[in-house]
Amino acid sequence: MPELPFPLPSVQQVIFVLIAGLMILGALTVVLARNLFHSALGLVAAFFGAAGIYLVAEAEFIGVSQVLVYVGAISTLITFAIMLTRGMMFGATSPRNRQSGTAAMITLLAFVVLWALVSTIPWPQAGEAIGDGEAIIAGLGRAFVNEYVVPFQLLAMLLLVALAGAIVLARDRK
Amino acid sequence: MVPLSWYLIVAAFVFCCGLYAVLGRRNAIAVLMGIELMLNAANINLVAFWRYGVAPMQNLDGQIFALFVIAVAAAEVAVGLALVISVYRNRRTVNLDDLNLLKG
Repeated sequence: MPELPFPLPSVQQVIFVLIAGLMILGALTVVLARNLFHSALGLVAAFFGAAGIYLVAEAEFIGVSQVLVYVGAISTLITFAIMLTRGMMFGATSPRNRQSGTAAMITLLAFVVLWALVSTIPWPQAGEAIGDGEAIIAGLGRAFVNEYVVPFQLLAMLLLVALAGAIVLARDRK
Repeated sequence: MVPLSWYLIVAAFVFCCGLYAVLGRRNAIAVLMGIELMLNAANINLVAFWRYGVAPMQNLDGQIFALFVIAVAAAEVAVGLALVISVYRNRRTVNLDDLNLLKG
């Protein structure tokens, strides 16, 4: 058998590339679509892609939370907001604002800088082997009630205040 | 295994998409979507650095921080969309070029 000039990709790498492609396509749809509903659909694809990347990274609990919170709740909220403000949606206007040229330049520059940074540093090729996911979820639960108990309670408070504030803001005052 | 740099490049690309949506889109809801993309990119980095860090079984800080980010993003999008709806009710537009009330 002849030597290949590059090592064959493993199954995990192929899966990662497919999922990352889905996420990148979704992100591009969010940015470039003229119809805001298409942007929302691209956002759902990007959220699913992120969940898949968490699964490839063996963070199962984060992946499930991602599907529950982002795909389940946040995209529904965004779709509702699009439908409630639909006066904008079907206009023949450009999706970009006045400073979009400058914005594109800044974004491109940021991506080039990030790419250069990622490619110069010798990152590890493989992480340490880990056991089953249940041990990680148990460790997460223990961490939330031991060393992270104060941030956890503050987060619960923040969610309560934010949701009450959202109701107050969106209420019709008449 | 997938090299760590692949995760970082995907996250950098998604972050830049979100940055462009925040800076260059006209619709306020599209800007909120861009913020969500940027938070997701940061989360991918957190999880990837957890996985490739020292002793990922004992050291769960990256995952915990990612969960905090998810919860804060939920709060943020609820308040943000309530603001958008409130602005739409008062001004009948969510076009950010028209919302220059605070401009000096």
